[in-house]
Amino acid sequence: MNLITAFVLMPVAGILIIPFLKVRWKGILTLTLLAINAVLSGILAVNSLTGETISLILPGSYVTGPIPVRIDALSGWFILIINLIFLTGSLYGYSYLKTYKKREDSLTLHSIVFLIQHVSIISICGIQNSFVFLIAWEILALTSFVLIIFEHENPVTIKAGINYLIQAHFSILFLIIGFLWVLNKTKSYDFQAITTYSSSIPGTASLILFLFFFVAFAIKAGFVPFHTWLPYAHPAAPAHVSGMMSGVIIKIGIYGILRMLLVVKADLISAGYVILIISVLSGLYGVMLAIIQHNLKKLLAYHSIENIGIIGIGIGIGCIGAGTGNTVLATMGFAGALLHTLNHALFKSLLFYTAGNVYQVTHTIEIEKLGGLLKKMPQTAILFLIAALAICGLPPFNGFISEFILYTGLYAWLSDGTLFSLLAAIFSIIGLVAIGGLAMICFTKAFGIIFLGTERLQILPTCREVPFLQLLPIYILAAVIVLIGIFPLLFIHLLAEPVNLFNGASISGSDPLESGLFNLLQPISLAIWLFILMITALIILRKKLIRNRSHAISPTWGCGYISPTFKQQYTAGSYVRTYSKLFAPALLVEKEEEVVHGVFPSEVKYHTRAYDKIERGLIDRTIKLNKNFMGRFIFLNNGKLQIYILYGILFILSVLSIPPLYRNFESFIELLKKL
Amino acid sequence: MLSLLLIFMAALFFTGIIVRTKSLASGRKGPGILQPIWDVFRLFRKGAVYSETTSFIFQLAPTVYFSSVLMAMLVVPFGRSHGILSFNGDFIFFAYVLALGKFFSIIAALDTGSSFEGMGASRESLYSMFAEPAFFILMGSLALLSGHTSFQEIFSSLHIGSQISYAMAALATFVLLMISMIEGSRMPIDDPKTHLELTMIHEVMILDNSGFDLGLILTAGYLKFAIYGALIVNLFIGVIPFQYAIPSFFAIQFLMAVAIGLIESFMARFRMSHNPQFIVVLTSVSLLIFFGVLLILQKFI
Repeated sequence: MNLITAFVLMPVAGILIIPFLKVRWKGILTLTLLAINAVLSGILAVNSLTGETISLILPGSYVTGPIPVRIDALSGWFILIINLIFLTGSLYGYSYLKTYKKREDSLTLHSIVFLIQHVSIISICGIQNSFVFLIAWEILALTSFVLIIFEHENPVTIKAGINYLIQAHFSILFLIIGFLWVLNKTKSYDFQAITTYSSSIPGTASLILFLFFFVAFAIKAGFVPFHTWLPYAHPAAPAHVSGMMSGVIIKIGIYGILRMLLVVKADLISAGYVILIISVLSGLYGVMLAIIQHNLKKLLAYHSIENIGIIGIGIGIGCIGAGTGNTVLATMGFAGALLHTLNHALFKSLLFYTAGNVYQVTHTIEIEKLGGLLKKMPQTAILFLIAALAICGLPPFNGFISEFILYTGLYAWLSDGTLFSLLAAIFSIIGLVAIGGLAMICFTKAFGIIFLGTERLQILPTCREVPFLQLLPIYILAAVIVLIGIFPLLFIHLLAEPVNLFNGASISGSDPLESGLFNLLQPISLAIWLFILMITALIILRKKLIRNRSHAISPTWGCGYISPTFKQQYTAGSYVRTYSKLFAPALLVEKEEEVVHGVFPSEVKYHTRAYDKIERGLIDRTIKLNKNFMGRFIFLNNGKLQIYILYGILFILSVLSIPPLYRNFESFIELLKKL
Repeated sequence: MLSLLLIFMAALFFTGIIVRTKSLASGRKGPGILQPIWDVFRLFRKGAVYSETTSFIFQLAPTVYFSSVLMAMLVVPFGRSHGILSFNGDFIFFAYVLALGKFFSIIAALDTGSSFEGMGASRESLYSMFAEPAFFILMGSLALLSGHTSFQEIFSSLHIGSQISYAMAALATFVLLMISMIEGSRMPIDDPKTHLELTMIHEVMILDNSGFDLGLILTAGYLKFAIYGALIVNLFIGVIPFQYAIPSFFAIQFLMAVAIGLIESFMARFRMSHNPQFIVVLTSVSLLIFFGVLLILQKFI
């Protein structure tokens, strides 16, 4: 209780003190308050991961009713992820925002909103009162908006922010519908009322109720086709904010889906298939579009969609497993999904922070303009490489562990089942493999073009590595990535309780997770150790052997051509050209090219712009139709003040006339009934 | 352990046989069977030339690539005797470890800043992306058929009985053979002996490698062929005792090498733009295998 009061008081303290501090201390105080709050919530979370659910009921107010706060293992897992990413994120932000020292007022707002956001996002994990949940959800949406538009003098940023704000409110709209539905029937805000209500209604109704919540949270998480806000919001926000958005804010959508799976007693099998199909499509679509992006942050944003898809595959097969009573499948699905949630939070925020470093040093994140940065900023490059390998799911990093668990789940699903589930399993496997292969194209492109070769524009002679304090949070993230990769068993114990909430092990009494996952991952971690040893041994051996050999340095072999220039390097566009030709039906690339004329051609231009087919169909079309429809009423908007006052009077009159009209209508109905 | 030894021995002569077959087919005498191995040994003793554009990635990559292939080799079983490592889902590890090696060889190619090597890298990443689903579906079908998820258990419980399973084994052989052609950059996907860099895939990626590193890359290539050969052998030798299995291992590897040599002698490389279609066909073939398994298990009712 006191803990929670203290927790809520921290941002209040922030609001009261931060505006009056000097720029330097604003950041430090924000960090301190955030760290205190992280510890406070972390204590609760760690307790809950050992299996005890903390549940208490705050008195609330007349409007909200009592506010139950329940922190179970699921909440605990997400709170820990959120705290880790927020701490590293704020530490990175502290260094990153040093360049904006002069904009004191913006920094004040940014710091305060940052604290409020942390409180709101942690609260979402604990609160189980739908009314207060909605308020926290709204605060999260608004604070994210403010954080995104940090560079608000740029119209693109404002546009991206507003785009996010509108889509976030669509999510809230669906949430409100779901909550109102239950409220209307049960007169209670408590999530437990949802459970009792949904188990009392027929299966289809509870499935529809679940789907309302699913859509609401899917918009937040960025599942296709609700993903269109992501690729705008992430590039527009400052690097630490985009890292955290991708790391935790879209994950809160995943939390919502998992929470609703526990709360709404819907038919798990159908829900599982819905989630699985949407997830495979999200994964594939996300990575397919990521490849053709030439803006690094946009590329990473599309990759978030892909990884949300991978997490969703885990949730989907987990649901199906829980629904059919296949505990192995359920365990693998949910364990893979939860672990991948952590993993993606780690490597995606790392990638965004390194992108931030690149941006700060070169002032561009256009992949085509960069090149050869490895020699200028080796630490950033190596950190980026680690995250890139991890996000492709390659051993010995953490992405491999979670994807391996998912594969095991999918192959376990093959062993029992009907024709339909077998087909679903094999196509999910194809999806997951294709996602992995495509991610490899994407990140070899991103890493290869940005950090390797020579620079493509001669604008970067002076750039050098960012200071160590800015690299520190990135090193922390990389350390956790490697740690999960080589000691996966440590993290399996943490996962045990959250997964047991879902797989039905607590009911049946057996504990397939500990033994199942443990047996699965032990040989894998052995193999990974062996692999690392082998690479190290070979590197040392190679060094020893070639020490006395002569070696020379010379220009890259140009196949006989002796004066190559940096312009002849392969570009990002040419690297993915074959791919984008093959996948043309699914992609939308606008090209502007000028044809070369004459023997001595003058300068020509070639420009491509990647767009999103789903966005064009779903968002742009809707907006266009809406505009057409609203355009018919434009005559009302004639700019005359007198007329506007008339509208006001008309409006008031019409509002006032509702009760008498209603009474008349009622008596009319009664009259009809008598007849 | 046994598989490791056998794969090493097969790797010794595999490429030599391909080269010899090609020479004989074109009416030449050709070099000795062990010539590729001598070449590698010579490379191991040589110094190297590094491009001034490259960084440490370029020097690290061949080692990682080579160790990824070695690591993949450790999980390959031989009939009933399992590899050094054998666990549930080891074929996933197999594919992902190879992918790690590929990742490094691709970024090493991009590290040189050469337009040719970038081109090779682009092709390699695209084609291997297309080839991977086929392998996973194939293993999935075999896992479904045998009810196990490790190489050794799958292969030792496979036994070829009915006509459908003959057809499936043939298709599986085809898929694995083709994957090994793609991985080993052989005809009809890639032409290692062409003189024009524009038409290469793998060879053009390693234009700048020399000396010890080139030796590592070539050795890894030889081993990769033998590994896929061993997988194909495993499809057939399931429960056969070793005194027959070991000779048949070498016989099948020999046949595979001769077949590759013959294909390269009498076929032209596909047009680059046709390669993806061809590789996607592999996925369809492996889906056929999957449906064959469903037939055997009588899941279609």
